[in-house]
Amino acid sequence: MRHLIISLAVILLPISASAFEIEERVVFGAESNPQTLRVISTGDVRVFEPMISGFLAENPAVTVDYTVVSSSELMKAIGIEEATFDVAISSAMDLQTKLANDGFTAPYSSQATDALPEWARWRQDLFAFTQEPAAVVLSKDAFAGLPMPQSRQDLISLLRQHPDRFQGKIGTYDLRDSGLGYLFATQDSRTSEVYWRLTEVMGALDAKLYCCSSHMINDVASGKLAIAYNVLGSYALSRVDKDRFVVMLPSDFTTVMMRTALIPQNAQNKELAEPFVDYLLQVAWNKTGQHSQQPYDSTAMLAEREDSLRRIRLGPGLLIFLDEYKKRSFLTAWENAILQE
Amino acid sequence: MRFLLIEDNLSLARATIDRLSLDGHVVDHAECLADANGFVSTTDYDLILLDIMLPDGDGRSFLKSHRSALESTPVIATTARSEVSDRVGILDLGADDYITKPFDFAELEARCRAVLRRRGGNASNIISLGDVRFDSLSGTLEVGQRTLHLRNRELRLFEIFAAAPEQIFSKPKLLDRLFSYDEDVSENAIEVYVGRLRRHLKGSRAEIVTDRGLGYRLSIK
Amino acid sequence: MSAEVHSRGSIRRRLMLQLLLGAAVLAIALFFIVQSLARQLAEESQDNILAAAVSAILDTTSVRDGEIQLDLPYSAFSMLSNISNDRVFYSVRFGDDFVTGYNDLPTVPKDDGFGPWFDTATYQGDEVRIVTAERRLASRGKPLAVEVTLAQTRDGQRDQLRWISQIAAALGSGFFISVAVLAALTARSSISPILRLTKSVSRRGPKDLRPVAAPVPHEMAPLVAALNSFMDRLKNSLTRSEEFIADAAHRVRTPLATVRTQAEITYRRVEKDENRASIREMIRAIDESSRAAGQLLDHAMVTFRTDHLEQEVIDLNSLADEMIERLHPMAELREIELVLVQQNAVSTVGDTILLQSALRNVLDNAIKYSPADSTVTLCVSLDAGMAHLTTTDCGIGLPEEDAESLKSRFARGANVEGVIGSGLGLTIADEVARAHGGYLTIANNSKGPGACVTLSFPLQ
Repeated sequence: MRHLIISLAVILLPISASAFEIEERVVFGAESNPQTLRVISTGDVRVFEPMISGFLAENPAVTVDYTVVSSSELMKAIGIEEATFDVAISSAMDLQTKLANDGFTAPYSSQATDALPEWARWRQDLFAFTQEPAAVVLSKDAFAGLPMPQSRQDLISLLRQHPDRFQGKIGTYDLRDSGLGYLFATQDSRTSEVYWRLTEVMGALDAKLYCCSSHMINDVASGKLAIAYNVLGSYALSRVDKDRFVVMLPSDFTTVMMRTALIPQNAQNKELAEPFVDYLLQVAWNKTGQHSQQPYDSTAMLAEREDSLRRIRLGPGLLIFLDEYKKRSFLTAWENAILQE
Repeated sequence: MRFLLIEDNLSLARATIDRLSLDGHVVDHAECLADANGFVSTTDYDLILLDIMLPDGDGRSFLKSHRSALESTPVIATTARSEVSDRVGILDLGADDYITKPFDFAELEARCRAVLRRRGGNASNIISLGDVRFDSLSGTLEVGQRTLHLRNRELRLFEIFAAAPEQIFSKPKLLDRLFSYDEDVSENAIEVYVGRLRRHLKGSRAEIVTDRGLGYRLSIK
Repeated sequence: MSAEVHSRGSIRRRLMLQLLLGAAVLAIALFFIVQSLARQLAEESQDNILAAAVSAILDTTSVRDGEIQLDLPYSAFSMLSNISNDRVFYSVRFGDDFVTGYNDLPTVPKDDGFGPWFDTATYQGDEVRIVTAERRLASRGKPLAVEVTLAQTRDGQRDQLRWISQIAAALGSGFFISVAVLAALTARSSISPILRLTKSVSRRGPKDLRPVAAPVPHEMAPLVAALNSFMDRLKNSLTRSEEFIADAAHRVRTPLATVRTQAEITYRRVEKDENRASIREMIRAIDESSRAAGQLLDHAMVTFRTDHLEQEVIDLNSLADEMIERLHPMAELREIELVLVQQNAVSTVGDTILLQSALRNVLDNAIKYSPADSTVTLCVSLDAGMAHLTTTDCGIGLPEEDAESLKSRFARGANVEGVIGSGLGLTIADEVARAHGGYLTIANNSKGPGACVTLSFPLQ
C-alpha cells in the first residue's frame, strides 16, 4: 500500500526568511495534500524514514515536511527566530530543556505521553523516545596490533604510549558548534575529571574538531581518523560500513542521552503535531509490532554495558551549562585543553 | 330457724330482728366481728346473715377465719354497697349467697330456702302431720304413697299452715305472706291456692278447714 | 379512646441532624486544615530548597581582579528538580551590574535581616516563587554585594495540592460517612431506653397502675418519677372514686333498709285496709328509690369499668347458668319459671362483672314485667359470628314505637305503669354490650305476648 510519493526536494534549499542553516529537507507525501506537518529535527532523514512512512500510512491526507539541522541551529530556529515548525526533535537534551523552560513549547498530554516513564518526560513539554550512548569509534585498521581500549583510561594510556600513531588522527566534537557535543562534554566533565585529562591528551595530539558525528565516522571509515570520541553510538551502528570500525562504549562510564521531541508554542498545526508525537512515542515505547520503525534503537548495545551507563536526566540541571557565564568558563577551559597552539 | 345476724347498724339490726321474729325465727345479734366470733364459737346456727362492711373488719376475713366452722353453717352475705364490686370473691370465700340491702324478706326467705336446699338439709326440715310428711326444703309433700312437688306459693302456703296447725290465718294475712308488695291481687288468689292445696291433701288425714269469716286452718284428723 | 398525641419533631432525627451537622462542620474544617497544612508544608519545602540552591550558588562566588567569579553548581538546579518538574529562572547581579541569567527576572526587595528573602510573583505567564540572597564581597577594597535570585514555578505544588485536596476530601467524606453511620447507631441506641420504657408501659393491663420499677438512664429519671407520681395520683383518684361510689351506695341504702324493714313489720301489724294500702305504697316507693340508687351506682361502676375494659375469656354458657341460679329465688317468689336453653358453646372476651351486670339487668327486667306463673327463657346461641343471649318473657311486651328509645336513660315504656323499676336496666345492658363490641336488641316476641331482649357479643 505504498501510496506515498517521496519527492526529494533540493538539498540545502535556502528558505527565504530563515537565518538558520538547513542541512537537508525532504517532503514525504503528496505536495497537494491539504495538511502539511513541518518537522525540524537533528536526526538523519533516512533513519526516520520508516517511522514517518508508518505515520503517513495511517494518515494519508498528511504531508510531512522534514527539515534536518544541527542542534544549535534548531535552538536558534525555535528559540530565537521562533520559526513556525510543528514538531522539533533534537538530540541536545539541554537545549530542548531550555526551550521548554523558557516558554517556547506548548504543553501536550495524551494517553501515549502519560504512559511514558517519568524520567522520559519533562513536564508536559518534552518527550524522550530513544536512549543513545556516546561511544568511541575506533578504526580497526588503525588499531591493528594494538589491544582495543575499553575505557577512557585505556585510551589515555594508549595515546601517551603511541603519540606518533595517533598524532592528528583523533577527532571529537567542536563544542563551539555542536550542541550535542557540548552536552556530552559537560556531562562527561561532571562525571569524572578523567575527561579533562583525556581532552588535554587529545589536544596535545592535535585533535581535529568536527561539527557532526557523521563526518567523524566518515573519516574513521575512510582512514583519516583513528579515533572519534563522543560519537553517537547509534549513528555508528546504523552505518552500512560499520565493519570497518569498532564502536566502543567506555567501561568506566558511558554517557547516555535521550532524543526528545517537543511541540513549539507557535506551531501552526498542533492538531497534526499531536498525533505525530503520539505515533513516535508508541513506536519507541511499545514493545510490539512497530519495532522496526524505531529510529536509533540502541537497546541491544546498551544492554551490554548496563552497569556503566550514565543516563543524562531531564531537568533544570541541564540549564546550568547553558548559562552564558558558565559556558564561557567551560569553553575557555576546553579551548585551553584542546587547542594547544 | 336460729339466725345469727352480724350487722353494725343498730336500727337496721333491730328492725331485722323484729321482722324475722314475726315469722317465728330466733335471732342473735352481733354488732362486730369480735362479738360474732364469740357467738359462733358457742352456738350452732341454722343460718348466718353477715354484713360485709363491719367497723372492725371486712366480712371476708370472718369467712376466711371460720371456714371450718362454716362447713356446717350456711352464710348469706348482706351488703348495701354496689353489688358489682362487693360480689367479687364473696362466694369464693365461702358465702353461700348474698343479698343487697334493702331486701324484701320474702326474697331472703326464698334465698335461705335455696341455700339450705343446696346444703342438703337435716331431718329437722321434715314435718310430719298425721300421714303427711312435708319437707319444706325440697318442697315435697308425701301423702300416703304419693309424693307431690309443690310449687313455690303452694309450698309457702302449706309451710305457713304446717308451722302452726289448727291456727287460723285470715285471707289478708295470707295475702301478705304469699304476695309481694307490688302485686295487686285480690283475696281470690288465696282461694285459688287453698283450693290447690286441698286437692293435694285429698285422701289424707290433713285437711284445710275454712272458718267462715275468720280464715283457714290446717287440721289433722 | 385515647386522644391523638401531637408529635412534633423527633429526638432521633434531631440527634442525627445535630451529629451530622457537627460532623459536616468538622469534616469541612478537617479538609481546609489539611489543605492549608499541606500548602504550608509544600511552600515551606519549596522555600527551603530554593534557599539551599541559592546558597549553593552564592558559595561558589568570589572576586578576582575586581571581577566576579561564579561557578554555577549543577546541584543547585538539580536539587530543584527533586520535588517537582517546575521551570527554573535565575539571575545574578554584582553591585548594580547584571552578571548572568534572566535579566528580566524580578528580585525580591530586601527587607531587614540577612536574607534570604522570599516572594511570589508572576514571570513568563506563570506564578513563581522567588528567592533572593546576597553575599558581601570585597572588590577593589570596597564591599559589594553579589545578589543571586532564583525562581521556580509552582506547578508541582499545584499538582501536589490537588492530590492532597483529593485525599483530604476523601478523608473528610470518609470521616463524615463514618460519623453518619455512628450517628444513626448512636441515635438509635440513645432512644432505646425510651422505647423500652414505652414498651413496658404499653404492655400493662388497663388496671396496672404500679409504679415503673425498671431502672432507667439518669436523664429519664425525672420523667419516670413524674409518670409514677401521676400514676399514683390516678390510682388514688380511681380508688377514691370506686370507694366513693360504694360508700354512696352504703349511705343511701342502709337507712332505706331500715325503713323498708320497719314498713314490713308495720304492714304485718296493721289491720285497716286503707292503712295497709298506704304502707304498700310506702314500700313500693322505698323499693323504687332503692332500685334507682342501686342502678345509678351500678351504671357509674359500669361506666368506670368500660373505660379500662378487662380482657378475659368468658364462657357465656356458665355465665348464663350463674345468673339463672342467682335470680331463681326471686323468680320463684312470683312463680315465674326460668328456663335456660343452651344451644351452642360460645365465649367472648371482656369483663365478667360487666357481663353479669348486663345479663342480670335484662333478666331482672324480664322477671319484673312478666305476670305470675309464666316462663322467662334465656337462650344462648350462635349466629353470624356473634354470640347471643336472648331473654324472652311473656309480659306486656313493648309499645310499637318505643324499641329504641327504651334503651336511653330513664325511658320507660308507656305501659309499665304500676311496676316498680327505673329504666336504667336496659341502658346499662346496652352500654355493656357496646363496650364489648356487641349490641342490644329489643323486639316484641314474635311467637306470642311479651318482649324479646337480646345481648349480642362478638365471638371469641
